[in-house]
Amino acid sequence: MTAPLNGPSANGTQRIDITLESLLDSVSLAEEMCTRIAGAAGFDDDDCFKIGMSVREGVINAYNYGSRKQREKKIFLSFELTSDKLIIYVRDQGHGFSLQDVPDPLADENLLKSSGRGIFLMRSFMDEFVVQSAQEGGAEIIMSKRLRNSPNTAPPHA
Amino acid sequence: MKFRATPRLSGKVLVVDMSGPLDLGEGSAGLRAAIHKYIEQGHRYILLNMEQVNHLDSSGIGELVAAYTAVKRAHGELKLVKLSRAVDNALLITRLYTVFDIHSNEATAVASFDATIPA
Repeated sequence: MTAPLNGPSANGTQRIDITLESLLDSVSLAEEMCTRIAGAAGFDDDDCFKIGMSVREGVINAYNYGSRKQREKKIFLSFELTSDKLIIYVRDQGHGFSLQDVPDPLADENLLKSSGRGIFLMRSFMDEFVVQSAQEGGAEIIMSKRLRNSPNTAPPHA
Repeated sequence: MKFRATPRLSGKVLVVDMSGPLDLGEGSAGLRAAIHKYIEQGHRYILLNMEQVNHLDSSGIGELVAAYTAVKRAHGELKLVKLSRAVDNALLITRLYTVFDIHSNEATAVASFDATIPA
């Protein structure tokens, strides 16, 4: 694992880039790191759990379907902390996929399937979630969670 | 903490006390192996005690569903009791509350098998 630490940029954004091997151990490692980062950023326990779980699912997805469990393929994980949210990028070296091709796990016909809930959990737990084809190839999941005490997330005045 | 599944009999119901993480890797594989062993041993009425399951991801959820269908295929029944908060949330948002028979009390859960267990 490599993890270059970057200080705040001119606009105050902090970024951490991590390269993971495609190993089972990388899944829990990514979740633990992310939960700590989210805690340090000021998220409460409930949000830390949701963010950690989403990163876990993102890395599981990259491990299972992007890398196809081939150790030599890398999983690239990045965290960007802005003034109002934490943005997470999970990129793999697979062939990419489209969200339109992912079956709805809540549909009656899919309820008894033993897989296919990872994307749904990430979408449920995070505020923003997209999948795109990475410039380098492979799929890139981009998801974010807003800080509750950020001025941009304050409830509107009545 | 590692995943553990410890079985004990309560009448004709096999109650399985599970603990630790039920997630990708040892947890999912451990549950899969345990359920197959119980079915091979002839158990058809299985109650999973989830009280000490402290972590659940999509793989663990999938393994619970696989366990449910494996026992159904063997003409048995699998139910859940004492969901931890992590398990409760996961089953709620994935609509699996509509699939599993879930109880909060073990005695009630064991008794609920009576209707399906042949005398």
